[in-house]
Amino acid sequence: MAYVRRYLPHLVLAIGAFVMLLPFYWMFLTSIRSPGEIFDVSLWPIPKDFSAGENFSRAASQVPMARFMLNGVIVCLGILIVQVLTAVPAAYALAKLRFPGRRLLMTLVIAALCVPIQALALPLFVGLAMTELLNTYFAMMAPFFLSVFAIFLFHQSFRSYPNEIIEAARMDGFSEMEICWRLVLRGSLPSLAAFSVFSLVAHWNDLYWPMIVVSDTNLAPPPLGMLYFADVESGANYGALMAGATIITAPMLVCFLLVRRHFIAGITMTGVK
Amino acid sequence: MTPQSVELRGIGKSFGTENVLKGIDLSVRPGEFLSLVGMSGCGKSTLLRMIAGLEAPDRGTVSIGGSDVTDMDPSERNLAMVFQSYALYPHMNVRQNIATPLRMRRLPLSARLPLIGGLFAPSQTLREIDAAVEQAAETLHIPHLLDRKPAQLSGGQRQRVALARALVRSPAAFLMDEPLSNLDAKLRAHMREELASLHRRLGATFIYVTHDQIEAMTMSDRIALMSEGRIEQLGTPDELYRSPATLTVARFIGTPSINLLPVEIDAQGKVAAFGQDLGLQAAAAHAGPATLGIRSEDLRPAAEGLAVRVLRAETHGADRFVSCQLLADETVRITLRQAAGETLETGADGLTHLAFAPERAHLFGADGARRELSVRERVAA
Amino acid sequence: MTATDFPAETTMATASSRSRTDRRMALRGLAFVAPAALLLIAIYILPMIVLAAFSVTDYQLGALSIRFVGLQNFTAAMDDDVFMRAFANTVLYAVIVIPFGVFLALGVALLVYNRKRSRAFWEVAYFLPVTATLVAMATVWQFLLHPSIGPVNAAIKWFGFEPVAFLSNPVLLIPTMAMIGIWQVLGFNMVLFLAGLTAIPKDLYEAARLDGARNPIDRFFTVTWPILGPTTMFVVVTTSISAFKVFETVAVLTKGRFGSETLLFNLYLEGFEYSNTGYAAALTLIFLAIVLILSIWQTVHMDRKVHY
Ligand SMILES: Nc1ncnc2c1ncn2[C@@H]1O[C@H](COP(=O)(O)OP(=O)(O)OP(=O)(O)O)[C@@H](O)[C@H]1O
Ligand SMILES: [Mg+2]
Repeated sequence: MAYVRRYLPHLVLAIGAFVMLLPFYWMFLTSIRSPGEIFDVSLWPIPKDFSAGENFSRAASQVPMARFMLNGVIVCLGILIVQVLTAVPAAYALAKLRFPGRRLLMTLVIAALCVPIQALALPLFVGLAMTELLNTYFAMMAPFFLSVFAIFLFHQSFRSYPNEIIEAARMDGFSEMEICWRLVLRGSLPSLAAFSVFSLVAHWNDLYWPMIVVSDTNLAPPPLGMLYFADVESGANYGALMAGATIITAPMLVCFLLVRRHFIAGITMTGVK
Repeated sequence: MTPQSVELRGIGKSFGTENVLKGIDLSVRPGEFLSLVGMSGCGKSTLLRMIAGLEAPDRGTVSIGGSDVTDMDPSERNLAMVFQSYALYPHMNVRQNIATPLRMRRLPLSARLPLIGGLFAPSQTLREIDAAVEQAAETLHIPHLLDRKPAQLSGGQRQRVALARALVRSPAAFLMDEPLSNLDAKLRAHMREELASLHRRLGATFIYVTHDQIEAMTMSDRIALMSEGRIEQLGTPDELYRSPATLTVARFIGTPSINLLPVEIDAQGKVAAFGQDLGLQAAAAHAGPATLGIRSEDLRPAAEGLAVRVLRAETHGADRFVSCQLLADETVRITLRQAAGETLETGADGLTHLAFAPERAHLFGADGARRELSVRERVAA
Repeated sequence: MTATDFPAETTMATASSRSRTDRRMALRGLAFVAPAALLLIAIYILPMIVLAAFSVTDYQLGALSIRFVGLQNFTAAMDDDVFMRAFANTVLYAVIVIPFGVFLALGVALLVYNRKRSRAFWEVAYFLPVTATLVAMATVWQFLLHPSIGPVNAAIKWFGFEPVAFLSNPVLLIPTMAMIGIWQVLGFNMVLFLAGLTAIPKDLYEAARLDGARNPIDRFFTVTWPILGPTTMFVVVTTSISAFKVFETVAVLTKGRFGSETLLFNLYLEGFEYSNTGYAAALTLIFLAIVLILSIWQTVHMDRKVHY
């Protein structure tokens, strides 16, 4: 009885974890099975016929999988870099400098936090269509150049930076830019790390906006590529489909397992936002 | 509930490889105020938590009122504990906080559930609980605070609420873990008196953990002084002060700290400091290095005796403390207590001599244990 | 917008060095926020105005003429069967996801929190779905739930039941997608609850035990549940906001077939597939209103997070 009580929580957790992990296991298993075993519903981990190579090469040849991944990297990094470049000085000024319009800007930032991108998609799309910028990397990145969440987050964390150090640095001849980037941001590296994870994950996984502005297969980021691929295969070759899914989910899963703490902190921000 | 005794037999506890309690035997008498004192990390809290049942001993037994409770859940021991942090439920107001122990004990589980609980609660019991809460609040002078949340209270008020929550159900014994350490000095002195008078009024068993010896000395019937997982000495405050059983006890008790003089016991049992015979006789069997303890009030300026240099004097109210340095060994500091008006005649360089009352000195061997000491005819130094 | 509300005293610069320093700081501040402020105008403020303007016209992307129609788009939405169905579907989805996504997560968090050595393992196991690309995982679920070759139905058949057409029976579509939604949000909510649990002082539990809270149920209702209250509130709101944004699963699993549109998917179709810009703008404003109400509620609660 005591035995049961002791291991009951583990048992319950294990059953739950089985459900949580089943899709990952099934995805990986199918991706290394031969198409002939498609009707084999057993969870036995060793396929009769090991066809990982075949499945993965089909996924890579049927659609430009490598291209999708590259697009994902370009878009995510582009967005992140511009977000940090614009948000950090703004957050620093809001936290540590006095200038006219500060209160108004802060209010707008907080108001903008409540607006999801899906609500702005329509006018942004019309604007991009009119300037004939659809189907470009720029169109995929532009709406995300400003992260009001980054401004908010960095503002919170910069505020606690001691004013005395900033004043001392000014007397030592540091320029305001140097103070902002080299001193104040240095003190908020955990926030920067968590925000980077947040931003990379959000845009790597985003489907809505790319689906709106991209129709050129060569520009598709991974989720949109996955959708194209699923259409091309239309359920015919699950092995290749699962190989594609594995390729697309792997980068984030690997990052997660490597930097678990930052990752959880970063993703948790999606909720706080 | 009549006050109960608490008995500990051979209590041992390790955390990992660290042996925190090394065989504790202690009997607390019914209605007694017993303090557990000792240096930080000596295991006071652990011992108290073991009595409460929050921690299980590796060895030994705990009994309350003569019955063994070692394997009993904390909720069944009928003890009340006041935590250092007070541990008030932040979401409940003061009234609900004080009522919680009674609700838990007197209401059935169905009546304790949120939302629907009210439907099942017998109104008679609820009225009794209300009355008991009012009474406890009355005792601690907090009836006007009953509808506030803990966050809206000052430290001292929270302290009273925690006490009220403890005494509302007349437990077998009260356990307190440094309950005054979060208060400022003045309030602490005030609460000390109140606790002592509360103890007199309730006549309950109090087990009180503190590392503040003044608290222990002023409130307790008896003090158990702990060091490194053992009880060094158990006795009344006076016994601990007048005849400390070990060097550790002597060091811990008394402000300012006892003066310690390195001495040598020769083959005849004569005690000498830096070659100077002090006119004291120890057992010859204890020959070797030892330590002589002298309270600051047992020293007085004299024409001869220990040669010292006066460093500085401080007056605290009615007392004046003079710090000196022993000439023979400048690392040894001696503090002398005088009345505020008194002065100390010193020669050039602030040199003077101090004599002490030999019958009030304490001798400790190299192992820290107390040694017998008697006064011999004084031999001139 | 930063230039418009220049306070008068700053423009009337006096010769004193104090105000010169102030002015230099003000200029620097303005320079620092300029890129962000311009982007804020371009990405948030202008589009908002344009969106509001579209919503009272019959504009269609590419059309040459544009006509003011007042609130017609909004009244049309109320009569639009597809929109109303999408709205009902989304509400149904949220109604399933919120209680399960929140309370299962709380249960898992309570179990995980008390594990000492295995805690990290369970955290990873439950959090993994949050990190995965939902589009890819939806494809996997499609396979898992396949009526003839999926292992889920194989298990159901093995137990002797009829196979379930999760993704072709119209009645089951939304619940199936909600189940995937729960699967994805569970680990996320678990982490939020774990953070909340960590913040509960240990001595409150000890005080509760001495106060006579003998069983875990009593301790849960005396300490855990009330103190987690603000966390739970927060989790409920974030879960509902994300539930109202459900899109990927529809896009992958049904593409809106069999009447399984959701708000956002319907919006996507009207605005970007059918180019009914004016009408879609009105729908967007309705969607935005829902999200804003939830967000504002959340912001208010965040402020009162330490309400005792
Ligand atoms: N849960 C625990 N795990 C590991 N070690 C512990 C634990 N609790 C206490 N200890 C160790 O046991 C020793 C005694 O701790 P205890 O809290 O009883 O000291 P204390 O006398 O109350 O000290 P203080 O006056 O600082 O409160 C310490 O060295 C402490 O590090
Ligand atoms: Mg302690």
